[in-house]
Amino acid sequence: MSGKVITITSGKGGVGKTTLTANIAAALARSGKKVVAIDADIGLRNLDVVMGLENRIVYDLVDIIEGRCRLRQAMIKDKRQPELYLIPAAQTRDKMAVSPTDMILVCDQLRQEMDYVVIDSPAGIERGFRNAIAPADQVLIVTNPEVSAVRDADRIIGLIEAEEKGPGKLIVNRLKPEMVARGDMISVEDILDILAIELVGVIPEDESILISTNQGLPVVMTGANGSSAGQAFTNVARRIEGQKIPFLDLTAKGSLLDRMRGWVNGR
Amino acid sequence: MSWLGRLLGQKEKSGTVAKQRLQMVLIHDRSEVSPGLLEQIKDDIIEVIAQRLTIDRENVEVNLTQSARESRLVAEIPLVSRNGRR
Ligand SMILES: Nc1ncnc2c1ncn2[C@@H]1O[C@H](COP(=O)(O)OP(=O)(O)OP(=O)(O)O)[C@@H](O)[C@H]1O
Ligand SMILES: [Mg+2]
Repeated sequence: MSGKVITITSGKGGVGKTTLTANIAAALARSGKKVVAIDADIGLRNLDVVMGLENRIVYDLVDIIEGRCRLRQAMIKDKRQPELYLIPAAQTRDKMAVSPTDMILVCDQLRQEMDYVVIDSPAGIERGFRNAIAPADQVLIVTNPEVSAVRDADRIIGLIEAEEKGPGKLIVNRLKPEMVARGDMISVEDILDILAIELVGVIPEDESILISTNQGLPVVMTGANGSSAGQAFTNVARRIEGQKIPFLDLTAKGSLLDRMRGWVNGR
Repeated sequence: MSWLGRLLGQKEKSGTVAKQRLQMVLIHDRSEVSPGLLEQIKDDIIEVIAQRLTIDRENVEVNLTQSARESRLVAEIPLVSRNGRR
């Protein structure tokens, strides 16, 4: 078996990499795949709490690399899914404790057992980012519909091409369809036009993400069909598996009140 | 924006402003050509061309343009015709 390594990165911080990693990994596992998520944000461990596995950590990524444990010992099994694992980041070390070669070695071993290895990259363009993309077969770049996040995504796309890890694919997170409809948010079409990159997902702004993160349960595991973000994450996972899934129609028409405001404003 | 919108004093939508601003910053980010470097290049071009042709130095324009992920340098150099005909 030779699994696929997918790295989720962004340039700008706080755009949703960890949330996406947890949900894409869980969605792939739900469709019957063997999946391991790796937190590559050394020193700022977070994927464990988003996945709700923080109480079960014994060993971490740096323990594997420095030979204090075997690979299997650092893989925390998510009991809610048959084949979902987490390799947590070390919390008390820094990015220099890991090298790109270390990441390649660890992932080459994981590929033999797993269908997918999903890596949560830290923000930035330094060592942590380079570690995260070194073993990648596919890089997914996350952005938000705002000027600074798209600008940073552009820089990352260039760096990924320079490292011969391209072409990357794009996920637009935290889209607010009503704001786009009003003309107050840059649209997905405009972002694609500017970045000239393939799209793999559009995730709406959704309160249920915060609620499920509070509980340590990825949205896709709550089975909440009412959550549009949950559906959007599942769609990203299906596209990663090579299915052709149409993009959700997020062009909300808005409430009657919104439309009336639109008329008054001469729209 | 429509001429009617402008006439009514409507503001450009912030989403459109965001797109335009992004396009501008990315032109420079992608090419690693700063506005200062562009000025130097312009002066150099003027010097070289002026050795051979009479040009309207004041109206020379050198700009970076962008299409998809490809940047190009575009120079516009107005010539002054010596026999007075334009
Ligand atoms: N689609 C969404 N709707 C609502 N909230 C969201 C959405 N995506 C992410 N968030 C929230 O945004 C915050 C930042 O998300 P997250 O931690 O996943 O970002 P990150 O890119 O991993 O950040 P960092 O760069 O610090 O690692 C979290 O509070 C998360 O719950
Ligand atoms: Mg994170």
